[in-house]
Amino acid sequence: MLGKIKKFFMNFIGGPKQNFRLGLYGPPNSGKTTLANKICLDWIGEEMGKVSPIAHETREIGIKENVVIKGKKGQELTFNLVDTPGIATKIDYEDFMKKGMSATQAKKRAREATKGVIESIKWLDEVDTVMIVLDGTQDPYSQVNVTIIGNLQARNIPVLIVANKADLRKCKVKKVQAAFPQYEVLGISAKYGKNIDKLYEKLFELARK
Amino acid sequence: MVTIQFVPYTEIEGLSGLGKIRKLLNIAKLNKIVLLQGRLKKEEEAELIKTTMEEIDKKFKGIELAVINPSQTAKDGMQKFKYSMINALFGDTQGLTIIGPSSIVKSIKRDPNKIELLTKEARKR
Repeated sequence: MLGKIKKFFMNFIGGPKQNFRLGLYGPPNSGKTTLANKICLDWIGEEMGKVSPIAHETREIGIKENVVIKGKKGQELTFNLVDTPGIATKIDYEDFMKKGMSATQAKKRAREATKGVIESIKWLDEVDTVMIVLDGTQDPYSQVNVTIIGNLQARNIPVLIVANKADLRKCKVKKVQAAFPQYEVLGISAKYGKNIDKLYEKLFELARK
Repeated sequence: MVTIQFVPYTEIEGLSGLGKIRKLLNIAKLNKIVLLQGRLKKEEEAELIKTTMEEIDKKFKGIELAVINPSQTAKDGMQKFKYSMINALFGDTQGLTIIGPSSIVKSIKRDPNKIELLTKEARKR
């Protein structure tokens, strides 16, 4: 009730909400942690987590508290950044072995990855605003994407979709936009910082919703 | 050989969310592809993924999932209105849900107009 009154008041005076939980959601290897690292490097000066070309590198929820970003007019936005493990419907340890891991390492990674997916889904109830990070070079119509976005929609959580890896020729931002016409899609490259300033502007807009 | 089991919506209609998931997942764990008439609720879909993760072991490696929702493929406002009316009347019975064990189904590719089910047997040929 208090939250609703606060939201109404904030909407009335027109300022963005502050101290909210901004979740980064998406399938494995879409670049969520790369984006989290970019945001943290830009505004705190330190990285948030390890990245790897092997899927399911992030297997636990990561939280960076009190990230403060500044807008062009000097306005500030404070949030807690929540980096989540990628959501998948299947995890096979043999896939990790194909990437050069030992059987023991691969089984451990698979076990931890399944727990990570469960945690990500549980955290859908804990985040206030979400950035969906999709790999723009991959098929956007995957059911995992549709399910995550549908669940956020059902919970009335404001969403921004980013099509990551826009530095690659295979990245098709328009295809992602066509898959989710009800949302705005921003093409970015978290690795090289392409359109990151636009992303920060969008975060201010998102915080007003 | 690939076995496809059709599940009419009436078979899961009276079940709780978890009951529906259990029923569908039990069929998938028998290495059968489930063809469910209709759709699960969004939160049930998330719960299905969560339960799948809890059940992954040496034999069961997960599922491939695809949902066809006619209201999402509506071409104009009139079609959207028609499907939202049907939805209001008949709930989640419209559409189709495909759940395939990942030991059999390699991937399900979909765009708004078609669904391709790539099985592991097909890949070997």
